[in-house]
Amino acid sequence: MSDSPVSLSEIMPGGSASVVAMDPSIAGMQRLQEMGLLPGTAVKVVRRAPLGDPIELEVRGYKLSIRKAEAAGVTVRPT
Amino acid sequence: MSSPARKIALVGNPNCGKTTLFNALTGLRQKVGNYPGVTVEKKVGEMRSLHGEKIELLDLPGTYSLSARSDDERVARDVLLGDLKGTDRPDAVLCVVDASNLERNLYLVLQVIDLKLPVIVALNMVDVLEEKGQRIDPDALSQQLGGTPVIPCQANQEIGIVDIKGALSRTPHRSHRRWNAGEDVERILEKSAEVLIARGVPNAAAHALTIISDRAMRDRTHDHCIDHSLLDELEPIINGEAADSDLPIESRIVAARYETIGQISAASVRGGDAPMELSFSDKLDATLIHPIKGWLIFIAVMVTMFYSMFTLASVPMDWIDAGFSKLGEWAGASLGEGDLKDLIVNGIIGGVGGVVIFLPQILILFFFIGVLESSGYMARAAFIMDRLMSKVGLNGKSFIPLLSSYACAIPGIMGTRTIEDDKDRLVTILVAPLMSCTARLPVYVILIGVMTPNADAATRTSLMFGLYALGTLGAFFFAWIFKRAFSKNAASPFLIELPPYRMPGWKLVFQQLLDRGLVFLKRAGTIILGLSILIWAASTYPKPADPDTPREIALEQSYMGQAGKIIEPVVEPLGYDWKIGSAIVWSFAAREVFNSAIGIIYKVGEEAEEEELKTALANAKHPDGRPIFSFWVCAGLLVFYVFAQQCIATFAVVKRETASWKWPIFQVVYMTTFAYFAAMAVYQIGSRFFG
Repeated sequence: MSDSPVSLSEIMPGGSASVVAMDPSIAGMQRLQEMGLLPGTAVKVVRRAPLGDPIELEVRGYKLSIRKAEAAGVTVRPT
Repeated sequence: MSSPARKIALVGNPNCGKTTLFNALTGLRQKVGNYPGVTVEKKVGEMRSLHGEKIELLDLPGTYSLSARSDDERVARDVLLGDLKGTDRPDAVLCVVDASNLERNLYLVLQVIDLKLPVIVALNMVDVLEEKGQRIDPDALSQQLGGTPVIPCQANQEIGIVDIKGALSRTPHRSHRRWNAGEDVERILEKSAEVLIARGVPNAAAHALTIISDRAMRDRTHDHCIDHSLLDELEPIINGEAADSDLPIESRIVAARYETIGQISAASVRGGDAPMELSFSDKLDATLIHPIKGWLIFIAVMVTMFYSMFTLASVPMDWIDAGFSKLGEWAGASLGEGDLKDLIVNGIIGGVGGVVIFLPQILILFFFIGVLESSGYMARAAFIMDRLMSKVGLNGKSFIPLLSSYACAIPGIMGTRTIEDDKDRLVTILVAPLMSCTARLPVYVILIGVMTPNADAATRTSLMFGLYALGTLGAFFFAWIFKRAFSKNAASPFLIELPPYRMPGWKLVFQQLLDRGLVFLKRAGTIILGLSILIWAASTYPKPADPDTPREIALEQSYMGQAGKIIEPVVEPLGYDWKIGSAIVWSFAAREVFNSAIGIIYKVGEEAEEEELKTALANAKHPDGRPIFSFWVCAGLLVFYVFAQQCIATFAVVKRETASWKWPIFQVVYMTTFAYFAAMAVYQIGSRFFG
C-alpha cells in the first residue's frame, strides 16, 4: 500500500494508519478528538459491522465505533 | 451543631465503574430525583467520612468530556461550574478513572482540574490492567497531576473503598491546569477571564475556558446562563488573538490536553506494551459480530428477551390481576354501597391495577437491558443494528426500546434512557407506541374473529401478522418524518465505545431493577391514579334518578355516554355508531378496555366470554337491518387500534420521560389523528369499491 493520505473510511479491516488531519466541519469531530483520535494518533480498523457500516476502530487501546460518513472526514496515512 | 454536609461530585467516563463505586460508598442511602426541566436523573447518596462527618455524594451522569453534547453532559458541566439552579457547586470532585483505559479517562480528569475544583482520582480496575501485564504507579501519577491524590481500587470487589473514604475525609487538594496550548491561547484565556470578571461572572477562569474550548456553547446551539451579549464581547478576543492556524482553537486545546496526557501516562505506567495475543473480548467479538454467526446470536438474544416479556411475564401478571380482583372484591364487600365504594373499587383499584399489571414486563425488560448493558453486549447490538436504523435517521441504540414496545410501550419508552442523543431519544419515544403492544392483542382477536367468521386459523394469523407489520411500518415512517422535522442537519453523529466484555455486575443489575420498578410505580402511579378517578367520574356521573337503572342505560346517560353521542358525527364517516364511538372513548384509558366496554354496551356483560362477545357483535344490527360490524367497519377499527395512542399509562410515562406535557399531548394527537384518517380511508374506500 502506498503511504499517500487516504480517508479513514477507505482503510480495510485489519489495516492500521496514522491520522493526518480531521475535517472540523463534520458533526462530531470535536468529540472524536476528545475521545483521543487526533492528528498523529495511531488507529486500527478492526472490522466493519455485518451490514458494512459502521466500522470499529482501535484507538489508544480501546474500541470505538463510528459511521463511514464520519470516518470519511478523517484523513490518514496507512502504516 | 454540625456544619452543613460537604458536597462531593462523582464523575467518570461511561463503563468506568462509577455507579458501582457510588453504591459501594453510599450503600442504600440514596435518593433519586430529577434535575429541574430536564429528564436527567439526579442521584444523591450519603456517606460518613472517617471522622464521622456527613458527606453528600452527587453521582453525575457518565461522560467522556465536559463539552456538552447531550442533556446528561450539560448537567455534568453545569453542576461543576456551579451554574445549575438548585444544586450547589461541589466542594471537591471524585474522578473515577478506568486504569485499563488511562489516556481517554485522564482527559476528563484534566478537564475537571481545569475548572479549579479539588480532585481526588479513584484509579479503578487496576486488576484489569495487571492482566495486561501493566501497572500504574499511583504516586507517580499523583505527582504528574500536581499532587492530586490517586487511590487505586477495585470497586466491584469493594477493594480500596476505605482508602477512598480516607482521601475524601482529608482537606481537598487543589491542583492547577496541566497543559499549555501556546502563548496566543493563554492570552485569549486571560483576556476572556478579565471580561468575565468585569461582568461579575463567578469562577471566571473556569467559565472562560469552558466557553473557549466548547464550540457548541459558542455557536449558541445550547442554552446556558452565559448570555449572548457576553459571547459577542468574547468573539473578537478569540478571533483576534488566535495565531494563524489550520486548527480551530478548541481542537488545539484538545490536542494540548492529550499531549500532556501522553507525558503523564509515560511517566506513570510501568510494564511493557499490551500483549500481542488477542484478548478475551477480541475472541468473543470475532463470533458475536461475525457477519453470519453474529446475526444468529443477535436474533437468538432478541427472541429470548421478547419471548420472556410475553410468556414469562404473563404468570406474575395473572397473579397481579387476580390480586387486584381479590382486593376489589374484598373492598366491595367491606364498604357500604355508594359512590365511595364505586370510586375505590372501580376507579382506584381497577385503574391502578390496570397499570401495576405492567410491572413484570418492565422488570423483565430492565433485567435484560441491565445484563446486556453491563456485559458489554448492548453496544454490539447497537453496532449491528445501526445500519438498518440509520435508514430512518435513528441510530442502533433505538432498536431495543422499539423491539420491547411490542410487549409494552412503557418499558420501551423507559428503555430509551440508553440513547444519548436527545433528538433520537425523543423520536424513539414518540414512535414507540406504534409498535403493536400486548394490550392490543385482545382487541385484534375479537375484531378479526367478527370480521372473518368463516376464516381458518392461517388466514387469521396472517391478518394478525399484517397488523403488527402495519404498526412497525408506521413507526419507521413517523420516525423518518420526525427526524427530518426536528433536526435540520441530517443524521446525528454515531459514536459509541465497544467496551470489553465483562461479567454482569449482578448487584448493580438488581439495584437498578429495583430503582426502575419503584420509579415506575411512584411517578406514573400518581398521574394514573388521577386519570383513573377522572374516567371513573365521567362514566358514573350524572347518576340516573332511578337507582335501579340498568348499567348500560346509566352509562349512556353519563358524561362519557353523552360524549359518545356528541362524537357520533365524528365517527360516522368511519362507519361507527355512537356505541362504538363510546367504546373508543373508553379505551383511551387502555386499549383492552374496548372489549369490556363493548361487552357492557352490547349487553353481554363486562366479563363476557370471547365467543359470546363475537356472536353478539356479529348479530348487532343497525335499525335498518344492516350489520353494524361489517367487514370494512372491523377492518377500519383494526387500523384505528394499530395507530391510535390509547393508553394513559404510556401518556404518564412519556410525560415523565420528556419532563413536559407537550410531547405526550403531541403523541396522542398525531397518532390518533392519523389513526382516524387511516380508518376512514379503509372504511370509505373498502365499502365503496369492494362492497
